Amino acid sequence: MLDLHGVSKHFGGVRAVDGINLTVARGEILGLIGPNGSGKSTMVNLISGLFPLTSGRIVLDGTDISNVPMHARVTCGVARTFQNIRLFGQLTVWQNLWVAQNSGKQRNQNFARRWFGGSRGAREEIERTLEFFDLAHKCDELAANLAFGEQRRLEFARALSAKPTLLLLDEPAAGMNAEEIDQLDNRIRKMRRDGISVVLIEHHIELVMAVADRIAVLNFGQKIAEGTPAAVQADPMVREAYLGTAKVA
Amino acid sequence: MDFYLGLAQIIGVHTLLGLSAYCVLLTGQVSLAQAGFFAIGAYVAAMLTVLAQWPLVPALGASAVVTGAIACAVGFPALRVKGLMLVVATVAFGEAVRLFFFNFTYQVRAGNLHLGPHGAEGFRQIRYFPERGWSTFDVMLFIWMVVALVMAGLWWLDRSRVGAVLRAVGEDELAAQSTGINITAVKVSAMTIGGVIAGIGGGIFAHYTTHIEHVQFGVVLATFAITYPILGGLSNVFGTLLAVIFIQGFLIEGLRFMGDWRNLLFGGLIVPALNIRPRGLLDAGATRALNRLLSSKKERSGA
Repeated sequence: MLDLHGVSKHFGGVRAVDGINLTVARGEILGLIGPNGSGKSTMVNLISGLFPLTSGRIVLDGTDISNVPMHARVTCGVARTFQNIRLFGQLTVWQNLWVAQNSGKQRNQNFARRWFGGSRGAREEIERTLEFFDLAHKCDELAANLAFGEQRRLEFARALSAKPTLLLLDEPAAGMNAEEIDQLDNRIRKMRRDGISVVLIEHHIELVMAVADRIAVLNFGQKIAEGTPAAVQADPMVREAYLGTAKVA
Repeated sequence: MDFYLGLAQIIGVHTLLGLSAYCVLLTGQVSLAQAGFFAIGAYVAAMLTVLAQWPLVPALGASAVVTGAIACAVGFPALRVKGLMLVVATVAFGEAVRLFFFNFTYQVRAGNLHLGPHGAEGFRQIRYFPERGWSTFDVMLFIWMVVALVMAGLWWLDRSRVGAVLRAVGEDELAAQSTGINITAVKVSAMTIGGVIAGIGGGIFAHYTTHIEHVQFGVVLATFAITYPILGGLSNVFGTLLAVIFIQGFLIEGLRFMGDWRNLLFGGLIVPALNIRPRGLLDAGATRALNRLLSSKKERSGA
């Protein structure tokens, strides 16, 4: 469903992402890990269309979306969260989701309904999403007044409201406690059951190992390993990237 | 009595001007072009009623369309620049419009009178209201009917998804794009709506003052336009109305006894007002408190 062909992004002389080939199947959860500065977030920014590619192609469901602007990629089915949460702080929780209900399948709703009405179907959908993310009781709260964990949940919910087929989660567990990570784990698994592909960037290795079907490891903008969690964990290249070379005494 | 009716007219027209800036400000854009749109609306409407003998309402409609189209055309290039650069770009546009009317002469002979805009002397003899025998009260009523219509329209737009989208763009453009919003389209639409409202406001302004000239549409008016929604707050349209009443009714007319010191106090009072209420006079908290007050009254009367 998502195919990256030789995707590169160079910032001046820095090769943030360098010739990456990667595939994500429908309903698959791909973990994307790597040390700091290895190009994980740049990958998310490239797939979501925040930066233009230096070279390579991004293909989604057989269509080349490399030159599609960011907002139109959401319509193609790509939604994302941000590493440093970016909510609409002065909008209520409800409005945050309402705004995002604009793309994908809602496109074929007629203009007046989409912009002015908010059909009953759309309202129920928001209610379901809020319920799923345990935010229903905060419905009328301003997003800026939420606790940190709730803000992360709301951002996940907002991305989901765009009805993506591909969800890019940039460190969704950062700053969360064990219980919250557990709930996050369940919610990501639910994505797989709903047939939504997920690219999960995470430093929290236990979470990635537990939920990901497949893991790709980046280092200095290049893919150094790819495979099942167990295979990646055993890979000597990965160990070296994270821990350095073992000195044999 | 006429003094208060006149004041009500001024407040009505300035409310339209403030609301035009309100629309644009919702998307986070500080635009000083609104006085320019106001000027275009004034000249177009006045030329239609005086030179083409149109009735007032269609003339206002036409000035709304023309001004909206110009605002849309200006919006595309102008909204590509942000923040301070946008302020500079829109000031430049406003001044360009003003200087256009400074040079614009188009006069038609009617009997022994010359009618129409006459460069620096301005456009005199816009005698639509006196010719038809409208009293100050009639004019005031007409202005406030238009204001009420525009406010109702914006209120409704604000409560619909459009309002949430406009505010989302104002909050965080990147996040808005990431939820699938075409921010250029949204910002240009806001600019267009602002232009339409300024066009109507300008058209009315031309008719109640009966004499317009370029100096009325300078940077000072543009500053007023943007001050209203900033001071009033962006929670809803009534903030802007409140700010216009505060500035025009209290600071400008109410402090007239202070003579030339008035202008100093005017600036001096806006600064503490915004320090005490950084999100505007009528911010989200005040709106909520009002809502609670109103709904609890309803409950009591219902019980």
